[in-house]
Amino acid sequence: MTSSVATHPRSHQAIGAAIQAAKARGEPAIVAFMTAGFPSPAHFQDDLRQVAEAADVVEIGVPFTDPMADGMTIQRASHVALSQGVSLAWILEQLTSMAPRPKAPLLLMSYLNPLLAFGLDRLPAAARDAGVSGFIVPDLPFEECADMKAALSAEGVGLVQMVSPVTPDDRLATLCAAGQGFIYAVTMTGTTGKSVAVPEEVIAYLDRVTACSTIPVCAGFGIRDRQQVLRLKDHVAGVVVGSALVEVLERREDPAAFINRLRGA
Amino acid sequence: MATLFELGEAENLMAREVAGNFPDARGRFGPYGGRYVPETLVPAHERLEAGVKRWLRDPAFVAELEDQLATWAGRPTALTYAPSLSSRWGAEIYLKREDLAHTGAHKINNAIGQALLAKRLGAKRIVAETGAGQHGVATAAACARLGLPCTVYMGAIDCERQAPNVGRMKLLGATVVPVTNGDQTLRSAIDEAMRDWVSDPNGTYYLLGSAVGPHPYPYLVRELQSVIGRESKAQMMRQTGGLPDAVFACVGGGSNSIGMFYPFVADRGVELIGLEAGGRGPALGDNSATLTLGRPGVLQGSYSMLLQDADGQIQETHSVSAGLDYPGVGPEHSLLMSIGRVRYESATDDEALAALSECSQQEGILSAIETAHAFVGARRYAAAHRGSKILVCLSGRGDKDMPTLQKTLLKGQL
Repeated sequence: MTSSVATHPRSHQAIGAAIQAAKARGEPAIVAFMTAGFPSPAHFQDDLRQVAEAADVVEIGVPFTDPMADGMTIQRASHVALSQGVSLAWILEQLTSMAPRPKAPLLLMSYLNPLLAFGLDRLPAAARDAGVSGFIVPDLPFEECADMKAALSAEGVGLVQMVSPVTPDDRLATLCAAGQGFIYAVTMTGTTGKSVAVPEEVIAYLDRVTACSTIPVCAGFGIRDRQQVLRLKDHVAGVVVGSALVEVLERREDPAAFINRLRGA
Repeated sequence: MATLFELGEAENLMAREVAGNFPDARGRFGPYGGRYVPETLVPAHERLEAGVKRWLRDPAFVAELEDQLATWAGRPTALTYAPSLSSRWGAEIYLKREDLAHTGAHKINNAIGQALLAKRLGAKRIVAETGAGQHGVATAAACARLGLPCTVYMGAIDCERQAPNVGRMKLLGATVVPVTNGDQTLRSAIDEAMRDWVSDPNGTYYLLGSAVGPHPYPYLVRELQSVIGRESKAQMMRQTGGLPDAVFACVGGGSNSIGMFYPFVADRGVELIGLEAGGRGPALGDNSATLTLGRPGVLQGSYSMLLQDADGQIQETHSVSAGLDYPGVGPEHSLLMSIGRVRYESATDDEALAALSECSQQEGILSAIETAHAFVGARRYAAAHRGSKILVCLSGRGDKDMPTLQKTLLKGQL
């Protein structure tokens, strides 16, 4: 961990610092995604602690009834979590009460409506108190994000910007300049969870994003194994692992062992 | 809403709505609307918006659309005086006969318009969602007409209760994909169509069927459906010598209603009333009365009224009519309600079925169950305004509802 992580554990700079620290060790950072309260709310704190021990950054999914950008695994995880009473308020309470705090910086991934229902007036301080460094909001494109970003930044909480293979170059420059924490480069058009072969054009696209951005770039959507991590290694600062990790947690396997396999350890 | 009136905003918003200033450059109808979509779909929406600007007023496009509407879709549709309902309800009742349009509902106005647009934008294939199946049938027909491959997503529950329409879509050459995740109705079908589109945003055109979703869809659908209100106005003037006192339409996502209402918005003397599905009653989950009972939020790309719980989770809805069974509503309806220009009420399942039966037996028109909600509103209004002149949007015919009608009105018979 770098000193900036230690001195500003809650600010969004902690995210970028953790990713760069991993990269400096010669391996892409692992940004690990888990749906909060899946497979079981009772295991949430334990699961999170184990994941945060092994990963560089943890992305906690807030379940939503209509996860438009997600594939079958995360849709199913969301519905199971919701049916067990998981909500944004519950997640923030769990995080606030966790002692010791998870080791890695935390992000919340949420569709917009649960955040609006919680209230943009209350959300930034509640997130800060829960140790959340940033948000990823897949249905909040750059053009609609000004209010959210302003509200969060008042408490030092960042808003991660997503880019996609179909984002035109001029727009890519705008999005990279606006991003906080890291740039989330979606590897493919489509939803989360399908395995990606990482063809040459995806590598070229990731190189374009990396060239454009002053903050770390992480590739996400469809990353499941060490082979893919090796293929992406020299082109991005980190990788986001979502559906595959959710499936590991669902099978009650060891998440740290899975993350370490991705690292080749 | 009260706050808008307190701010003195309502009159200002009303003036801008009447002047045709909405949606604004950000795709907003006052506070409602916008474009809340994943980054992967932003360029596709920008291309669509540019395409709408380029083509919707283009003389050659307009001429082609008008020709398809006149020679293929059967427009203009009739305005029918309903003598028996008039005498029973104590008012003059006129019916705008969208059930007579090709494929049996107003949905064809939008489907053929967007399919023509998709061709000009170079689309290789069309995806669509459908609830009652009417939009799916209309889209399948328009795609067959224009030689475009078509895939329709339909909730598994809707596939069952609107079975005749599944067969029609297949006969029209479309691929029908039953959606078994989520609530298995219209909302899941939209989610799934969006997921399909996100996989191929450059080659696929998403032909959305209601005045909902991200900008520019609410605007595009309103423009294509406004033919209903424009024709109705001219027909009322010609056949009755004046405008109606009140206009009724059912509201699910709100496409037939916005098409009927929008040309009347500036005629402040004409009351506009939308009827939502009151289902089994006012409890959360028992109805689809979004405007009457919902709160604002973001679902499927736009900020509008929603049926949601305190955590912002979207609620399961219920209506006997698949076409109204949706927890959201088009953003322009949220504006029209908040500025007080349109009043929204609800009709229960039982009221709608009774009204369907009455219209069917008295006027010889078997309407869709969706439409029957509008009859309920018209009958209530007539009771309070004897002798008034009432226009009802008869949005579609009821053939597709036979599986539901067998289990309800015809229960125990046959």
